[in-house]
Amino acid sequence: MVIHVNGEQRELSNDIQTVSDLLNHFELGDKKIIVELNANIVDSSQHEEITVQDGDRVELVHFVGGG
Amino acid sequence: MQERYSRQILFDGIGEEGQQNLQKKHVLIVGAGALGTGNAEILTRAGVGRITIVDRDYVEVSNLQRQQLYTEHDANDRIPKAVAAQKRLRDINLDVEVDGKIMDVTVEEIDRLVSNVDLIIDATDNFDIRFLINDVAQKYGVPWIYGGCVSSYGLSFTIIPGETPCLNCLLETIPLGGATCDTVGVIAPAVQMVVAYQSAEALKILVEDFEAVRQKLVSFDLWKNEQSAIDVSRLRKEDCPSCGEPPTYPYLSYENQTKTAVLCGRNTVQIRPPKKVNRDLNALVTQLENQGGAIEQNPFLVSYQSEDRRVVFFKDGRVLIHGMKDIVEAKKIYHQLLG
Repeated sequence: MVIHVNGEQRELSNDIQTVSDLLNHFELGDKKIIVELNANIVDSSQHEEITVQDGDRVELVHFVGGG
Repeated sequence: MQERYSRQILFDGIGEEGQQNLQKKHVLIVGAGALGTGNAEILTRAGVGRITIVDRDYVEVSNLQRQQLYTEHDANDRIPKAVAAQKRLRDINLDVEVDGKIMDVTVEEIDRLVSNVDLIIDATDNFDIRFLINDVAQKYGVPWIYGGCVSSYGLSFTIIPGETPCLNCLLETIPLGGATCDTVGVIAPAVQMVVAYQSAEALKILVEDFEAVRQKLVSFDLWKNEQSAIDVSRLRKEDCPSCGEPPTYPYLSYENQTKTAVLCGRNTVQIRPPKKVNRDLNALVTQLENQGGAIEQNPFLVSYQSEDRRVVFFKDGRVLIHGMKDIVEAKKIYHQLLG
């Protein structure tokens, strides 16, 4: 499966099915994060339900405290 | 107009009128670390009328890699950042009225600081203070610009009361834990990128070109060569306690403050988050392992010893910082370790 993540094309295992799986893959599962899937923001309550598919465009922005 | 500002006056977005606007404006910069010094230098050189920069800390040698207003002398003499920054900024541009304040900003201070301010720049290192800034900005209708960075990653968002979602809309709760510059490090280019985003937004707001303000939450990773921008306007919540109707400004109330207390006779400061939390002690240990201290763990707490200092983290969120009575110093260590 090929997905565009933050503008970069990524070849991902087909084991990744949901937004949650995707976040865990990028080690972002425990972060405060805003997920946009094909130009729509995904509510955090739906990360385990919404699935990702070949060709999807995903934007991931997580919050950090440093400065 | 002045030769000094000729190059930015030539720039379409600013012009003569924009420059005159800049010179009438007052900016509050909360924090004089990496983001604070970067933003302060740009705005001082740009000729903003007045800059207030506040910080509770002093300069240390580990700051010099990225905190651009400071020198080895400042670190050797442990000069408060607010003092060192004010001195350097005045050396750069005497037109600007620079006021450096040595101050630990809590709810009492923020209310006073925000009066007569046109813009707040977030240059802090933790979300407790950002939620305070977020509420006070909403209360007084002052725009503010969030910025954050760790390792090679950074992000920024501009919050305009009455127009954009606020930080509380985006996050809903204060994030606990997470990577900090003291646990995973940070490189100066990541800082400068956030500074560029923040200070460009600041110039737009100060010259009153609100149409040019970036609507998106923007992030980047300079090492992984990634960048992202998300339109978050639909996340604005009508019932948000900070910016919805009616607002209650929850983070300006006592119950939602992080509480600190010196424990009598124990040479220890206790820091307690506003709400009981269930701290993930295993994740904490993983995070602390990079720090090179001694870690002990039992089901109830993690004890972390580094040099002459012991910090104990309880599962319910409380943290004891042993070997000191100084609340400001204790909060600094708390945020360094936990974000």
